[in-house]
Amino acid sequence: MDKKTFGLAAMALAGAIGLGGIAAPAFAQNEQFIPILSYRTGAYAPNGIPFANGMSDYYRMINARDGGINGVKIQFEECETGYATDKGVECYERLKAKGPTGAAFFNPLSTGITFALTEKAPVDKIPIITMGYGRSESRNGAVFTWNFPLLGTYWTAANIAMQHIAKEMGGFDKLKGKKIALVFHDSPYGKEPIPMLTEMSKLLGFELVLLPVTHPGVEQKSQWLQIRQQRPDYVLLWGWGVMNSTSVKEAAAVGYPRDKMLGVWWSGAEPDVLPAGDQSTGYKALMLQHGAGKFPVHADMLKFAVGKDGSQTKPDEADDVLYNRGMVNAMLGVEAIRTAQKKFGNKPLTGEQIRWGLENLDLSDARLKELGFEGALKPLKISCTDHEGTRFGRVQQWDGKQWKVISDWYEGDDKLLAPMVRDVSAKYADEKKIAPRDCSKES
Amino acid sequence: MGFFLEVLIGGLLTGVLYSLVALGFVLIFKASGVFNFAQGAMVLMAGLALVQLIEPTYIGLWHFVGIGALVAAVAGLLILRVVRGGTLAAAKGDWRAKLPALVGVGAGLVGGLLALAGGAKGWPLWLAIPAAIAVMVAVAWVVERWVLRPLVNQEGIILFMATLGITFFIDGFSQTLFGSNVYPLNIGLSKDPVFLLENVFEGGILVNQLDISGAIIAGVLVAGLAVFFQKTRIGRALRAVADDHAAAQSVGIPLNWIWFIVWSVAGIVALVAAIVWGSKLGIQFSLTFLALKALPVLILGGFTSVPGAIVGGLLIGAGEKVAEVYFPVVTKFAFGTAMPGGIEYWFAYVLALVFLLFRPQGLFGERIIERV
Repeated sequence: MDKKTFGLAAMALAGAIGLGGIAAPAFAQNEQFIPILSYRTGAYAPNGIPFANGMSDYYRMINARDGGINGVKIQFEECETGYATDKGVECYERLKAKGPTGAAFFNPLSTGITFALTEKAPVDKIPIITMGYGRSESRNGAVFTWNFPLLGTYWTAANIAMQHIAKEMGGFDKLKGKKIALVFHDSPYGKEPIPMLTEMSKLLGFELVLLPVTHPGVEQKSQWLQIRQQRPDYVLLWGWGVMNSTSVKEAAAVGYPRDKMLGVWWSGAEPDVLPAGDQSTGYKALMLQHGAGKFPVHADMLKFAVGKDGSQTKPDEADDVLYNRGMVNAMLGVEAIRTAQKKFGNKPLTGEQIRWGLENLDLSDARLKELGFEGALKPLKISCTDHEGTRFGRVQQWDGKQWKVISDWYEGDDKLLAPMVRDVSAKYADEKKIAPRDCSKES
Repeated sequence: MGFFLEVLIGGLLTGVLYSLVALGFVLIFKASGVFNFAQGAMVLMAGLALVQLIEPTYIGLWHFVGIGALVAAVAGLLILRVVRGGTLAAAKGDWRAKLPALVGVGAGLVGGLLALAGGAKGWPLWLAIPAAIAVMVAVAWVVERWVLRPLVNQEGIILFMATLGITFFIDGFSQTLFGSNVYPLNIGLSKDPVFLLENVFEGGILVNQLDISGAIIAGVLVAGLAVFFQKTRIGRALRAVADDHAAAQSVGIPLNWIWFIVWSVAGIVALVAAIVWGSKLGIQFSLTFLALKALPVLILGGFTSVPGAIVGGLLIGAGEKVAEVYFPVVTKFAFGTAMPGGIEYWFAYVLALVFLLFRPQGLFGERIIERV
């Protein structure tokens, strides 16, 4: 071996040792591992970053303020998915067995990744939390044992959106003969509300116009020229990332009134309106219960987490819509672990044990107040038959500077939702040969 | 009819903007035979650099110091190159051999100090645009020095794979350096729609002023490139290199310098594309997807033709918009149910493939006949 080759080999060895040191952090036995699937780069990064910041800061705060969950420290690690399903699955495979008891749960933050993980979760016995997204029929815990679409599904969102439009128009009867356009991300996410909207259009007599937008959503001229031609009475927007601000800009370009546009709760954050500047004024969006702004827990977030110990959050961004959503998402996971600890003990728990915690999660008004989420969330109670837990939402409007809540609470109409969930989940169970659980025997 | 015209004109104007990106590909392919997949990433990097230099929401003082140093060093080295004209090549050991390093470091220090004195307030447009150009020139130098030069005489596919690597590097590095958000870019182009032929069609034909501005900018750029290629000495050298590397080298055309020039020009084209698209969409990662839009344009127009890139862009732009809008109508007529669109992304490729079947070299590409 000559000197050069020896040098290179030594460098490679040193590098490998160094990388090994990074790749295998030592886990203390009393730590609970929580993976964070995030996207801080790529087309959806403007929305992925604040969400990931909210999640990681909440875990940071629990560790710093409380010393973990009942003394069990949270060990968390991010994995970049770029919102791509293949990378999401790769992250899942890489992180599922980490920590003393494996991953507590996964929050895929992508309906596409959720679809891919839904069949893996029962095998690995790791719950999938899809707060405000994912498969709408997965609310039925009897069939979807491992999926938890907490706080609201897209069918709930579509139902609430139509309730608001009906209210603005003067009642459900006024929807007859009206034209509602759905501008949607042409992906599993964007297609989710179509069954509910189709059902409601048949019941209420409005015409539903479907306008798909291909990933990532920067080319929408054709869709908005069609809107200019067809003149719908309302436009529902089911976009994500840059698609949202592009829709607002294109609406302005064809002169479509922004106050006749209603986005889903993933189309109602600051990155969705700020890039369009003044053109966004008047645009409305659903709220996944909470909105922007501070609630009591933010005092602790600022004191213990924001800007500390690896946090990437700037203090003035620590109350944006998606930051708050990441925080809410993290809190629900932490409370599920706490619930599970009551049954299994204050120690690191397995995914299967935490699944029990999720299914028995019960957050009353009083508990939400204790946690510092007063006013931001409605009480939530998960059960074997209902993995969604609550079906409330509100509507907010961008006034050019900030989001303003403009409606009271709406509740998803379970007379419509429950039969759809039952039928579609039964079909899924049939296709996948899943024997639904008998929820009366679950405890 | 009015609506059809509206869709058609909208498509044509979008097509001009596709051409802007396709032009960068054509330039590099013409001069070096390299299919530069990184052109979309270069659009992103140029745009991010520009927008953050104008309004620094992500970058801080030290970024400015670094970019100030880089701009000054690039300017210093380019001036030195022009002054020396490549004729004062010094022997090893001669003090003049160290001149480029001295000038680069000296100018860089001055630039860095000036930027430090200016603080992190953001630069005016007249300074930010040349600075963004300098960033792209630096990228061109790095690519030529560290990627192309070591791979000289390799197969085209190897060079293509190298540009794939460059794409991912530039995508990631530029986001690390300048942030990942959507940054609005406002250089004063009007975004209001105008309505044509209002007395002929109800509601008139809507045309976006921003698209018209983009088309004008693209036109000026193409005219400039045409003059550059046809009338300047460097342009002639570029064409010579494009025709035959070895022959060009044998008559004393420095291949490395030509490659550096052409990558720099492609960087400037990327900056222009970023300005036009960024004014429309904001500067953001999705600009890299424009590279994928340029591919069918190139297949259709030919990889070596500047007019081909323009005509290809127009055909793809108009074709995909018309197809997207009328797909539900056609499916309703054919199958009785209107299928929703969402086809424009792949329709452009179908259109290009159809052309490929009949004219493999593209509309304006050179037909290469190799006789055995």
